[in-house]
Amino acid sequence: MASVAQTSSTENVITLRGSTDVVTDFFYYAVNSVLYQRGVYHPDGFAREAKYGITTLVTTDEALKKYLDNVIKQLKEWLLEKELQRLVLVIVGTDSGDTLERWTFNVHKEERPVLKDGSNAGDQQPRKSQKAITQEIQNVIRQITSSVTFLPLLDEPCSFDLLVYTGNDATVPSGWDDSDPRCIKDSSEVSLRSFSTKIHKVDTVVSYKNKTDEELC
Amino acid sequence: MCMSRSNYLMSKENDGGENTAPGGAGSTAAAVDGGNSGEFQKVLESNLLGHPPAAASAPGHRVLAFRNKAPAQEEGYQNGLRVLYSQNKGSSRSSSSGSARPTRHIPSAPVRILDAPDLLDDYYLNLLSWGSNDVLAVALGQCVYLWNAKSGDITELCSLEGEQDYVSSVSWTASGTHLAVGTAGGETQFWDSSTVTMLRSMNGHSARVGALAWNEHVLTSGSRDTTAVHHDLRMQRHAVGTLRGHTQEVCGLSWSPDGSTLASGSNDNTCCLWDASVGTGRFSTAAPRFTLTEHQAAVKALAWCPFERNTLATGGGTADRCIKTWNAQTGALLNSVDTGSQVLSLLWSTTEKELLSSHGYAENQLCLWKYPSMVKTKELSGHTSRVLHMAASPDGRTVVSGAGDETLRFWDVFAPPSKSSSDGGAGGRGGAAGKMLCGGHMSVSRLCYVGCI
Repeated sequence: MASVAQTSSTENVITLRGSTDVVTDFFYYAVNSVLYQRGVYHPDGFAREAKYGITTLVTTDEALKKYLDNVIKQLKEWLLEKELQRLVLVIVGTDSGDTLERWTFNVHKEERPVLKDGSNAGDQQPRKSQKAITQEIQNVIRQITSSVTFLPLLDEPCSFDLLVYTGNDATVPSGWDDSDPRCIKDSSEVSLRSFSTKIHKVDTVVSYKNKTDEELC
Repeated sequence: MCMSRSNYLMSKENDGGENTAPGGAGSTAAAVDGGNSGEFQKVLESNLLGHPPAAASAPGHRVLAFRNKAPAQEEGYQNGLRVLYSQNKGSSRSSSSGSARPTRHIPSAPVRILDAPDLLDDYYLNLLSWGSNDVLAVALGQCVYLWNAKSGDITELCSLEGEQDYVSSVSWTASGTHLAVGTAGGETQFWDSSTVTMLRSMNGHSARVGALAWNEHVLTSGSRDTTAVHHDLRMQRHAVGTLRGHTQEVCGLSWSPDGSTLASGSNDNTCCLWDASVGTGRFSTAAPRFTLTEHQAAVKALAWCPFERNTLATGGGTADRCIKTWNAQTGALLNSVDTGSQVLSLLWSTTEKELLSSHGYAENQLCLWKYPSMVKTKELSGHTSRVLHMAASPDGRTVVSGAGDETLRFWDVFAPPSKSSSDGGAGGRGGAAGKMLCGGHMSVSRLCYVGCI
């Protein structure tokens, strides 16, 4: 993961590339948090890492890391192309094949002036302090952490997949296929907080399968 | 191998099966042409994803997935979150088999149960305090009652007037002569218990005051407005400092026994350690000495070790379930134990190297831990809802626990400090007090006696 610190040469001015790094960093930690908090992988396979002023848990599994890095790398490309619309993390029951939970990270473009990466800091450049952005992201991660208190237990072996919504003109490298959106029928949804870099605004929504029969015993 | 892709291709009726790269219109075309079910899916999707239907119906996107999937989890892995729901129900017996036997007899049943109607079932409040005068202060809804442990007498200290107002915290001074009361309206009141009069009412908060802690003449109040305020009771302008280190409600406050450090726990999942001088006077903008971020849930339970300087125990909420011990001087994490359920309060023994914790779902029990090994020696169950508060008697022997089931239970958990000093207090708290409660006082008071086992 590229560090956020190197992104903006001037302090409060954020470029498209800088914002992209912030957003993909967030994706990385958010996805890791979901995988840990929802118990998709064994908790032993995660290590604590200080990030955003809180302690987050990040996978130590090499294969999983590689997968995430590959996806994040491509997300970065699409963000720079301004083709990324949303990232969706689906949690699927391995046996039933049903989608049990769907975490949607919607990306909205916020920039007004057309900013080419590398263009110098002008007065129209959006400004927002790194601290404020970090604070907003921290709040989202925290909400993901506390989601265990309302989300139903994933009481079967689960796997996860990342779906990426892009614009029609996005260049799709090999290794990527079209996929079903894997929506959940009869679901409840909860919107979490959002954060904004003044170039990208990301909001997070989790939807989960409604339990029709008697609630958890 | 690639189930999602197969699924996609199957549902995509109108395109040729071989046409694997249909371009942008593909995914939404499938949805539109699918007739009713497609329409349903579309509406569903727009609902789910929070987009207006118009935007969703435009073929503006394609859904992509990386072909090399993430690795599957290991065989036979069970979701660790089961402990939150059912796994620790009944299985605690087997887990306690590895625990050490206590070296003394600890009664498994409470020695007394008091009924406490309207005891609010709210994680973020602190409604019990047992003063050095052997009087237990309990906040029930809008009122504060004082239960004299020696005589069993009950007096009503105060009752709030406002319709929506309720008492959100109580705390005795070290001398046990005065009581601090925090309210939902954001006031911090200072009461003389002997004359039953309010001496001061202090503002400084814009939301409810859920936590209080005394350090000699300084009262620190923590509030939902995310700040903690030091009130110096000797001064007319009582607010001598404000601590801004949290981003959400402050629900736990505790001064170290030597008065040098304040620990504050909050719903933002952090615990801050403050120097006593910080936040007062010209240092009012100073930051905490340490911010402990290891907990993954709200930190309410805080307890300073009475026999090891600078050792702090903290407990996390539902998503965390851990008891952690810290060196407050260095900020180092000394130990962490996953208890399997929400930790609501912590209490150190004054006589043994032991720590008592109270828990929520599923067992609603109290656990006694050996320190520093953190081996569980005893579980005390009886409450039928989460155990919100604990307070120890002045002799350190008896612990009272208040729970969401609106009862207070008294447990003789800790060993008596010594033969001579324990005789008087324990005897006086026996039958006589119970009789008093059973008698004429029951109708007067809302704290009534339920049983003595």
